[in-house]
Amino acid sequence: MKLTRRDFVKSNAILATAAAAGINLPGISRVMAAHEDEKIRWDKAPCRFCGTGCSVLVGTKGGRIVATQGDPDAPVNRGLNCIKGYFLSKIMYGEDRLTQPLLRKKNGNYDKNGEFTPVSWDEAFDVMAEKFKAAIKKDLAANQGKAPEELTSSVGMFGSGQWTVWEGYAASKLMKAGFRSNHIDPNARHCMASAVAGFIRTFGSDEPMGCYDDLEHADAFVLWGANMAEMHPILWSRLTDRRLTGHDVKVAVLSVFENRNFELADLGIVFRPQTDLAILNYICNHIIQSGNVNEEFIKNHVNFRLGNADIGYGLRPDHPLEVSAKNNKSRADTIGSQAISFEEFAEFVADYDLENVSRLSGVPARDLQELAELYADPDRKVTSYWTMGFNQHTRGSWVNNMVYNVHLLTGKISEPGNSPFSLTGQPSACGTAREVGTFAHRLPADLVVNNEKHRAFTEQVWKLPQGTLNGKVGYHAVLQNRMLKDGKLNAYWVMCNNNMQAAPNMNNETFPGYRNPDNFIVVSDPYPTVTAMAADLILPTAMWTEKEGAYGNAERRTQFWRQQVKAPGEARSDLWQIMEFSKRFTMEEIWPQALLDKKPEYRGKTLYEVLYKNGQVDQYPQAMVTDSRGHHYDNDEMQHFGFYVQKGLFEEYRRFGLEGPKKGHDLGEFDHYHETRGLRWPVVNGKETLWRYREGYDPFVKKGAGIEFYGKDDGKAWIFALPYEPAAEEPDNDYDLWLCTGRVLEHWHSGSMTRRVPELYRAFPDAVVFMHPNDARKRNLRRGMVARVQTRRGEISLRVETRGRNRTPEGLVFIPWFDASRLVNKLTLDATCPISKETDFKKCACKVVREA
Amino acid sequence: MMTSNGHSTIPGRRKFLLDSAGAVCGFGLLATGLGIYSGKASSLPAGAIRPPGAIDEHEFGGACIRCGLCVRDCPYDTLRLAGFLEDVTTGTPYFIARDVPCEMCEDIPCVKACPTGALDPDLQDIDDARMGLAALIDQETCLNFQGLRCDVCYRVCPLIDEAITLEMLHNPRSGKHALFLPTVHSDACTGCGKCEYACVLPEAAVKVFPRKLAKGEAAGHYRMGWEEKRKAGRSLVTPDTEHQYNLPQGIQYEHGGAGLKQDTGETPFAGDPLKTLNRHSGEVQ
Repeated sequence: MKLTRRDFVKSNAILATAAAAGINLPGISRVMAAHEDEKIRWDKAPCRFCGTGCSVLVGTKGGRIVATQGDPDAPVNRGLNCIKGYFLSKIMYGEDRLTQPLLRKKNGNYDKNGEFTPVSWDEAFDVMAEKFKAAIKKDLAANQGKAPEELTSSVGMFGSGQWTVWEGYAASKLMKAGFRSNHIDPNARHCMASAVAGFIRTFGSDEPMGCYDDLEHADAFVLWGANMAEMHPILWSRLTDRRLTGHDVKVAVLSVFENRNFELADLGIVFRPQTDLAILNYICNHIIQSGNVNEEFIKNHVNFRLGNADIGYGLRPDHPLEVSAKNNKSRADTIGSQAISFEEFAEFVADYDLENVSRLSGVPARDLQELAELYADPDRKVTSYWTMGFNQHTRGSWVNNMVYNVHLLTGKISEPGNSPFSLTGQPSACGTAREVGTFAHRLPADLVVNNEKHRAFTEQVWKLPQGTLNGKVGYHAVLQNRMLKDGKLNAYWVMCNNNMQAAPNMNNETFPGYRNPDNFIVVSDPYPTVTAMAADLILPTAMWTEKEGAYGNAERRTQFWRQQVKAPGEARSDLWQIMEFSKRFTMEEIWPQALLDKKPEYRGKTLYEVLYKNGQVDQYPQAMVTDSRGHHYDNDEMQHFGFYVQKGLFEEYRRFGLEGPKKGHDLGEFDHYHETRGLRWPVVNGKETLWRYREGYDPFVKKGAGIEFYGKDDGKAWIFALPYEPAAEEPDNDYDLWLCTGRVLEHWHSGSMTRRVPELYRAFPDAVVFMHPNDARKRNLRRGMVARVQTRRGEISLRVETRGRNRTPEGLVFIPWFDASRLVNKLTLDATCPISKETDFKKCACKVVREA
Repeated sequence: MMTSNGHSTIPGRRKFLLDSAGAVCGFGLLATGLGIYSGKASSLPAGAIRPPGAIDEHEFGGACIRCGLCVRDCPYDTLRLAGFLEDVTTGTPYFIARDVPCEMCEDIPCVKACPTGALDPDLQDIDDARMGLAALIDQETCLNFQGLRCDVCYRVCPLIDEAITLEMLHNPRSGKHALFLPTVHSDACTGCGKCEYACVLPEAAVKVFPRKLAKGEAAGHYRMGWEEKRKAGRSLVTPDTEHQYNLPQGIQYEHGGAGLKQDTGETPFAGDPLKTLNRHSGEVQ
C-alpha cells in the first residue's frame, strides 16, 4: 500500500483527533500499520529449524526482527511454513538470552565448583586457552615420534548440524588442522550417521540421489520410521497434495505406533520394534519370488555382498553383549563383507517368507504382501522416506542398506518418482555436518581421515606441512561422553547444540563426564540450556540471522542468508568465537618441532594466521554487504577480522568439491548463492543437479552408461545380504514395556528456542508419556495422572496421555524429548549402531508405575 | 496439586476464593432478590462454558444450589464460581476455555461432587459430555486455511480425528501443497476448549460456545443424497443398471469414475509370440 505524504499527515491528524475523543478507528489504524510496514526491510533466509529448508522473508525494523513471512518464491515451500517457522521472529527474543561470558568462580578465580560469574571475553578466553594448552602439552609429550595414524588427543569438540557451513568448516580446521585432534563430532551423529553409513556402504558417496521433486512424480510413498506429518510438515503437505490430486497414488506408513501419518495412509502398518529388518528382507524375497527383479539393472549396476553379522551394540567393551559378539573386535570385522552372487542373495532372503515375517513382526500377512507388491509392481514409481526410525537403530546402517536393496533390485532409483530418500532432521545436517567434514572420521567433500591420499589433498588445500593431519578416527558423540567420564578427554567445547539433554544415558555417562574434575567444559549457546548448566564456561552466542550464514537441506540445496540484526550484548557468533580463540595459540605451543621444521615459515605465527589469515581465506577484502535493491547489511565478523571471512572460508572449502579426489560434490560460487533461493549440488557451470547417477540428469555419469554409481570404483552399487538381529534391550519381566522417544511438531529438538515462544509453549507445554489405555489401567493409572517411568538407568515423572496424536500399541510407550524438566535421556540406553555409532533412541526397556 | 486419589488439595488462595464466593453468593441472594436472579439464569454469556453434565441452561439455574463442590473437586482449577455482578448467574460454576480448558478427567470428579443433579450423574463417560461446541469461526486468520501447517487445535484435541479432523484439499495457490482444514464434528466434540486454549493466534480463531449458539440446524425438507445412501448402506431406490456405450476404438468410458479414457495402447498379446502360442488353454485373453 502506497501512502502519499499528504495522506499520511491526514490520517495522522484524524487518528490524533480520534484518540483525543477516545474513539477507536480500526480502518485508520490499519492504514497507519500499512505505512509502518513500508519501513520494514525484507530479506531472505532459510528457516532455523528442520531439514526441509523452507525459505522465509525476514522483516527488520529498527535493528530488530519484527516479522517473517513464508517466501512465496521459494520452490520448497512456496510461501508456507509450519507453526515453528511461523514463530521464527520470536526465537531470538527470549527474556533470558545470554549476553556475556559466564565462568564458574570461587573467590575471584576459576573453580569447577564455583558459581557462574560474568567475565570479559578476554578473561573467558584466557582461562579456556590455559586449559586447552595444558591438555595439548600433555598430548605433545605422549605423541612424540608417533606416525599420524597413531596420534592421540585429549581436546575435543561437539558441534552441530545447525552450524552454518563456514562455522562447521572453521571448527573442523581448528580441531583437525590446528589441534591435530579428530575428536570433533556433530550432533548429527545422533541424527544422520546411519544414513551416511548407508550411503557410503551402498553407493560410496553421501547424500540422496533424488530431490523433493520426487514428491510430484511418485505413484506410491512408503514411510519407514518417518513421522513426516509432524517432523517435516511442509513436505508432508506436498506429499498429501500428490495423494489427493494424483491418479491411484498410494501411501504406506510403517511405524511402531500410530502417528499422524496414519490419517493419510492407505496402508498403515504398526510393527514390533526392530523387525523392520525382517520386513525389508521379506520384500526382497517377494520381489525375487514374484519375478519382478529388474535383471538388466542388477546385471549392469549392482554387486552383491554378504555383510558380517553379530556385530555387537556399540556399548562399552566390557558389556556382556559386546563380549559375546563375534564381529565387533575390529572396525574391519564390523563393516566387513564379501562378494556373493545374486543366487546366494536370493537364498539368503528366502528364509524371510511371509508367514515367518508376519509372526515375527506382528503385522498381518495381507498388509505385508500389499506393501511388497507396491515395490514389486514394475508400473509403480515408488519413493521411500525415512528419518529417525531407521537412523536411530542399533542396526541403523544395515536398515539403510536394506531399503536400497529393495530399490536396486527393482531398479527404482535415480529418476523422477523412483527414489529412496533419506530425510534429514536438522537444517544443515547435510550442508554443514556431513559436507564440510565435522564428523570424527571425515574431511570435507566425502574425504576421510584414515585415508592417506585424502589427508594429503586436504593438507595441500589447507597449506599444511605433510603429516599434519591425524590419521586416527576420533571419538564419536557417545564415545566423547564416555571418554570425558573416563578422564581421557579433558578440554571440551560444545557448540550450537544441547547435548546434555540430547545424548543417551545422561545420568551414567554425560553428566559424570561433564562434571569430572579433570575436565574443562565450554558451552556456547544463546540460552541457558541444560548443557550450559553443566558447563564450566558459558559463551554467549549470536544466532540465526544475527550473523551471515548458509545451510544445506535434505535435497542437497545450499541456501545463504545475510546478517539482519546485531546480537544482543556481547553475544558473538560461533564463527567469531572459533577464529578469535585461535589467536590465543602460537604454533610452537601446539605443533611439535619436527612438524614446524617442514614449514619453518609458520614459526612465530599464531594458529589464526595459519588457518584463517592464510593468504586464501583472507583474500576477499572488507566490503559493504548490499542486496540488489541497495539495502546495506552488517557483517560483524568481516568488520572484526578485516576481510570477508564467510566468502573466504566458503571459496577455500569449495576447492574440495572442484578439485578433490571424490567427484560430484561441486558447489557454485559464493556470490551466486546470495542471489538464489538455493542451488542443489553438484552445481556444474551454474547448473544444478536434480537426480544423481542418471545420465542426462547428472553431468558426472559417463556418456552411454545410463546409470553410474560413480562413488564406487566400478560404478556399481552394493546390495547387502544382512540378517534380522534383536534389539540391544528388549522388554522382559522386570522392565516390561518398550520405550520409544521422539519429537512433536510444536518444538524444535530440546526446546531451547521453541519453549521460549509463549504460544508454542502453550500449545505443548510439558512432555507426557503416551501409552495404551489398557496398559495404563493395568498399572492403576488414568489419563492425566503423574506416572514414574523407570529404566535400568534412571527414572522421570510425567503425566500419562492415553489419547491424542500418538496411539501406541499395548507394550510400548512414547515420550518426546523436548522438555528440559522431564529429561527422557536419563532413561535411554547408550547402545549404538556399531557401524555408524548412532544411538538407538527408539528402543529400550522401561516400566511405568503410579507415582506414590 | 494432585494427590494419589486424583483429588486436589486446595492451596490457600484458592480456598479463600471458594469461601468468599460462598459469602458473596449468600449476600447476592439477599440483596438482589429472585426477580433479577431468575432473569439472568437463562442467558449465559458466549464465552462461559458450564461443567460436564450440566443440564439444560433453563433448568440449571434452579437445580444448582451454588454449593461450589464441583469447583472444589476440579483437579485442574478449570471451574470457577461466578462472582457478584458477573454476567454468569452468581454462585454458579463455569469455565473460560481460553484461560483454563477442561482436561476431561476420566472419573469426572465435578459431576461426582454435585449433590443435586445439576451436573447429571448419568454422565459416566466424559466423551459423552456436551459442555459446548468448538467452532472455527475465523477462516481469515486461521493459519491452516492459508495453507500453513499449524493444526495445533487438531493435535491438542483429546478426541483427535473424531471431534476435530483435518479435511485435506489441494492448495490451488501453491499448486503443490495441500490445505489441512480443521473441521469440528458436533457428534464428538465435548466442548472441553483445549483447541481454543491452544490456538496460537493472539485472538483464537477456534472458539468454544454453548452448543445452542454454535450449532446450526438442518432443515427437514432436504436430505443430502450421498449421506442417506451411506446411512442406508445401499441406494435408496433400485440400483442403476449396467451401462454400455458406443465408443470409437481405443476409447473407454468408466461409468461412475473417470469418464472418457484413452486406451494405453496395450493389447492382450505379449511381445514374444511364443508366449501367445504357449498360453495355457485355461487362460482367458
